[in-house]
Amino acid sequence: MTDYPMRQIIDGDGALVDDRYKDQMTPELVVEMYKKMVFARLFDRKCVNLQRQGRIGTYVPFEGQEASQVGSALALREDDWMFPTYRDHGATLTFGHSLKNILMYWNGRYEGAVPPEGKRIFPPAVPIASQLLHATGAAWAEKKKGTDRIAIVYFGDGATSEGDFHEGLNFASVFQIPVIFFNQNNGYAISVPTTRQMHSKTIAQKAVAYDMEGIRVDGNDVCAVYFAVKEAAEKARRGAGPTLIEAVTWRYGAHTTSDDPSKYRDQSETELRRKTVDPVGRMEKYLKRHGYWDERLKAYETEATAEIEAAVKAMESEPAADIRHLFDYVFAESPWPIEDQKADYHRLKGGVR
Amino acid sequence: MKTAVKTREITLIQALTEAMDTMLERDPSVLVLGEDVGVNGGVFRATDGLYEKYGEDRIIDTPLAESGIIGTSIGLAMNGFKPIAEIQFFGFIYPAFNQIVTQATRIRGRTLGRFTVPMVIRAPYGAGVRAPEIHSDSMEALFIHMPGIKVVVPSNPYDAKGLLIASIEDPDPVLFLEPMKLYRAGRKEVPEGYYTVPIGKAATVKEGTDITILSYGAMMPIALKAAEKAEKDGIRSEVIDLRTLFPLDRELIQASVEKTGKIIIVHEGHRTNGLAAEITALINDTETAFLSLKAPIQRVTGFDVPVPMFSLEEAYLPSIEAVYDKIRFLAEY
Repeated sequence: MTDYPMRQIIDGDGALVDDRYKDQMTPELVVEMYKKMVFARLFDRKCVNLQRQGRIGTYVPFEGQEASQVGSALALREDDWMFPTYRDHGATLTFGHSLKNILMYWNGRYEGAVPPEGKRIFPPAVPIASQLLHATGAAWAEKKKGTDRIAIVYFGDGATSEGDFHEGLNFASVFQIPVIFFNQNNGYAISVPTTRQMHSKTIAQKAVAYDMEGIRVDGNDVCAVYFAVKEAAEKARRGAGPTLIEAVTWRYGAHTTSDDPSKYRDQSETELRRKTVDPVGRMEKYLKRHGYWDERLKAYETEATAEIEAAVKAMESEPAADIRHLFDYVFAESPWPIEDQKADYHRLKGGVR
Repeated sequence: MKTAVKTREITLIQALTEAMDTMLERDPSVLVLGEDVGVNGGVFRATDGLYEKYGEDRIIDTPLAESGIIGTSIGLAMNGFKPIAEIQFFGFIYPAFNQIVTQATRIRGRTLGRFTVPMVIRAPYGAGVRAPEIHSDSMEALFIHMPGIKVVVPSNPYDAKGLLIASIEDPDPVLFLEPMKLYRAGRKEVPEGYYTVPIGKAATVKEGTDITILSYGAMMPIALKAAEKAEKDGIRSEVIDLRTLFPLDRELIQASVEKTGKIIIVHEGHRTNGLAAEITALINDTETAFLSLKAPIQRVTGFDVPVPMFSLEEAYLPSIEAVYDKIRFLAEY
């Protein structure tokens, strides 16, 4: 069995343990990584609070997975494709999605799945693993068109049990498609631990069956994630095919705001990880060790919070959901049953029979 | 002498847990399997406490794979077990569709009865609880259409327990749809221990002479409230809970049609090829019922659009007003 050691560049204490990328780790880049992670975390916490206050619906938190999401998103080119799940808005907001729209998604609004003009971001996948095939198809299209755009697709440990996971990897392998399968192994699929999800020791090793490169990285190390994705992206761009990346991380909170993790796991492990291998904490230590830390960075939280609050305000200032979103976007041209039903809806609303 | 059966007031979801508990206790071949059904007790707590009581060999947390859950349940069922397979939300059943439509429903026929699939597929369905996207589907029509599987939908705690026990005992595949919106909507008297509510039998929950309203699942409260509202106008509606969607209770439907001659069918599933269409055809096919009709059959259904994100779900769902509107139309007809 091929061994898949976990790649790490910065350890939990903020020490550089692999200096291969030292020259590329410019102050601008590492500060940017840190700020994006702080931003993602603040946004995530704000969303949990909004849900608690009944200002949005059920929410899916990602706290603890910021390094995986920010690192992977920063490694992409502006014009690449992103196929997230419902837990990957840390990645989509880093990649340029609209904060207001992300909030609207969690408020049950169709506008929420619409990316800013020109951004190739698919709606969050809800049925598990379905998106692996879409990413493979979209990247296949880029290959057929002769561009060097690539696609990245996000999925969790649970998704590897679905048929669509295997079909996606196989198609990408058979047709040598420029797609990155970016797995965040956060230890649990709702309540089911990875050890119960699979008998395999790693997710990376599943690449072997498709003769694909499999990489395992510390998913709480933003630099390890960034460079793994960057290399996989470069490989895909030059036509050398797909890569499976397993980013080993941990979800601190619940599966969703409707879930109680204390039912199925001991939260002390979460607390320990928060203290020892937190993505944001270790980057802060790294920045301090290298003298990149300054008062402006400390003040960044205030700046980020203001931006998030502005987005919340924008979301809450939106008029009520538009009934046309229910009827007018099923087909390019609505066939008569939908037109009739829409007319009937309006007749009843108008109180005329 | 009738033995006094102890009853308690419990919710629909507690009734389901009790049904599984009762059958797990009585029949060692009964298994529960699905995503998060074990340690977590189910995302809605439908299997709460069963893992602790029966252990991981019988209450099985499976890998996250709907086709895997149903496909392996078929094998387990063919080989001596009675699996209760939970699909976490009805909207996630589609990866297993192939296993149901090409296998579960055909094994008895393909082997002339040598192998059978006594399996229950449980799934919470329906909108109205502000759930995330694709968690609110009501695609029962796909399975009513499909030969070889019975489709059951309770609307209250008493029926939920009795119907689930009957489904577990049924020798063939049963799709058991649970109205998520009614899981904790109220408590009803439910007997302790074993009892069944027969599959294939509807129930008249309100007697009336002017109009018949046929509905099921989460639309029952809507149908009843609309009927109550019309009662104030002097219109007496009969309200029938279909309970089993395949096979339909032809006799009860026929009797009520012959009594009132005016029919409204209410379901939250999409309109085209929905159950209302089949009931309309059934009435047409039953000459005495057809000839009793005094007005065109009316239906209030979900629209022919995907169940929307929750900001629009109330617009999608049949409302009390929409049913009342049809009652008034028929009363004046």
